[in-house]
Amino acid sequence: MVLGTVYAVLFYFAVAIFAVGLAFRIRLYARTPAPLKIPTTPAPVTQAGVVVRMAKEVVFFESLFKANKWTWLFGWIFHAALLLVLLRHLRYFTEPVWFWVGWVQPFGMYAGFAMTAGLAGLWVRRFTVERVRYISSPSDHLMLLLLIGIAATGLMMKYVAHTDILSLKAFILGLLYFDWQPIPADPVLLVHLALVLILLIIFPFSKLLHAPGVFFSPGRNQVDNPREKRHFVPQTKLPGK
Amino acid sequence: MADFDTPEITIPLEIPTLNRGAMNHSSPFPAAPNHQEALGFPGELVDNWQTKAIDKLGELLSRSRALQVYMDGCVKCGACTDKCHYFLGTGDPKNMPVARQDLLRKVYRRYFTFAGKYFPWLVGAEDLTKEVLDDWYTYFHQCSQCRRCSVYCPYGIDTAEVSMAAREIMDHIGKGQKYCNEIIGKVHKIGNNLGLPEPALIDTLEGLEEDIQEETGVVVRLPVNQKGADILLVTPSADFFAEPHVDGLIGYAKVFHQAGVSWTVSSYASEAANFAMFIGSYEQMQKIAERIRKAAEDLGVKRIIFGECGHAWRVAYNFMNTLAGPFDFLDQNYPIPQHICEFTNDLIEKGELTLDKSRNDHMTLTFHDSCNVARGSRMGDSPGGQFTIPRAIIKACCNNFYDMAADTINENTFCCGGGGGLLTDDLLEIRTKGAAPRMQALKEVVDEHGVTHMAAICAICKSQFSKVMPKYGFDMDNIVSVHQLVSNAIVLDGQTTGDNAKVE
Repeated sequence: MVLGTVYAVLFYFAVAIFAVGLAFRIRLYARTPAPLKIPTTPAPVTQAGVVVRMAKEVVFFESLFKANKWTWLFGWIFHAALLLVLLRHLRYFTEPVWFWVGWVQPFGMYAGFAMTAGLAGLWVRRFTVERVRYISSPSDHLMLLLLIGIAATGLMMKYVAHTDILSLKAFILGLLYFDWQPIPADPVLLVHLALVLILLIIFPFSKLLHAPGVFFSPGRNQVDNPREKRHFVPQTKLPGK
Repeated sequence: MADFDTPEITIPLEIPTLNRGAMNHSSPFPAAPNHQEALGFPGELVDNWQTKAIDKLGELLSRSRALQVYMDGCVKCGACTDKCHYFLGTGDPKNMPVARQDLLRKVYRRYFTFAGKYFPWLVGAEDLTKEVLDDWYTYFHQCSQCRRCSVYCPYGIDTAEVSMAAREIMDHIGKGQKYCNEIIGKVHKIGNNLGLPEPALIDTLEGLEEDIQEETGVVVRLPVNQKGADILLVTPSADFFAEPHVDGLIGYAKVFHQAGVSWTVSSYASEAANFAMFIGSYEQMQKIAERIRKAAEDLGVKRIIFGECGHAWRVAYNFMNTLAGPFDFLDQNYPIPQHICEFTNDLIEKGELTLDKSRNDHMTLTFHDSCNVARGSRMGDSPGGQFTIPRAIIKACCNNFYDMAADTINENTFCCGGGGGLLTDDLLEIRTKGAAPRMQALKEVVDEHGVTHMAAICAICKSQFSKVMPKYGFDMDNIVSVHQLVSNAIVLDGQTTGDNAKVE
């Protein structure tokens, strides 16, 4: 039960840091004025057009596709697979399991491999492409290592050393309903969960902020209509004004 | 300045291997104390520059969502690394857009983020040292703020915004650039970048009227400060005297003449280019924009039209309404402001101009999309009008036109190499090397289609190309104004003389 308590405390701590940290960051982005119209043109001339542009950016990584096909391929595979894997994991958090989560299961299983392959491709580029090597900091490598660690331990539990999934689900539901249960003392599971908690904790302090950030990028989210509609942000504070 | 070799043109364009420190020696002349002080900046590097720079960075972060999001959001994916013309021309890794941003981002991380404060080695955070400041001055003056990198960034991170912020910080600690700050001072004092006073302007335009009459036999007016005119033309001051710019100005005058509209230039606002954008100063940019508003009000015009000028059009199109608007005293039936290409194209579409294309048969044209028009503005009603309208004008005036390769035009266009405050002789090396990608694309259509001339709609592009094209084996007059082509082709009512006299 000691182990369960430690993980329970860590879980609440990590989720709190993640949620509060992210909320503060999003509030900062939302409150910081965008004093001028700076969409990268050609840009949509209506708000609906901006929604389409952002959707293409977030779902298909359109700009990255224009830039570099390999980075796009690895990056898109990783993100798409991560989404499937996350959806698949909902079955550990819901009782009864939502019906559509069942549909995702078969895809989610293979997505684990796709996610690892995408991450590996991105990491290989960090070493082999001279330009990308130059701009990489230790944190850029460690972030990939962390994600690969999460994916690898997850795959191990599925294909090598099964964990007691019923006890794990009881533990997780216990966290959600404040009815704490013991956690299976399975080393691979414990490493997997620890890495996920680390990811949650560093999320609001790292480049993972690209996830909320993309929605606030004026280059992408502004409507191209400065002549038709005057853009003026009253909270723009200027020295001496 | 050290001697340097003009890059070899390779077809196809090769992405260079990294050549560390290749352009480390290239810094622009610093602004003199009087240039700085005229704009309210400290004359020389202040004693507590480090603290002041960090404070200023904090202030800019709180004033610009773009800067805040762009500082946080980069994942170092490398998408932009091979997109900058200065990197392609020099191989200096600090000319890769992400690496250029990182010069500021590492300082941001050190002083404004948890990770950078406590684990600087982990996230590449660094103290703001004299070496870092010198790198800022060197490499933020090797960015022409052309936004090409931002097209390819999955988050739309725009290095132009970052380099504007860095220049603004440097201005506020007394480390300004001579070229931009001296010019902005001239605009505040006299009204244009050149420091051309009213009598000289009047004299110049009278001379052009005589030239047109001599050429065509028609009296075409180029009025200055004419109260009650319908249209205020705001054009880059280079249009008043430089080649091939002035041929474009003659083209505007002929179009206005044929349209039968009354127009004028203003000596008070005799400059379209707003160099304050280059130094990232909202306040300076606003002061210059307000000159145009004042000129329009004083002259009682109904419309404002901008001449061929790339950065001017970005500021006019995107920012002027914000900075100096609302322009409710102007005629709301016309776009405010309007681009001269929009004006001319409307007349062409309505069939109101007689254009003799054969007058341009001695040329085979291509079109260079100017970066700030392409990626920072629009013409017409639909996205991409900034690409189609100038081409429509060229095709209406010329029989021979070929576009350059698709990844070098439209939103993918390469900067000429002289934009963003770099059009100065002390930066000739980086200008020349930065022009290499455009010269390569031009060389391809010259070889394949026999292209003889490249047209542009930006004063900086025109000046830059006339200077660097000879280094790549072209002639300096291979660069032409779009309205120069209009000027050649247009048949004026009553035209009797000259090489484009009306064929009866």
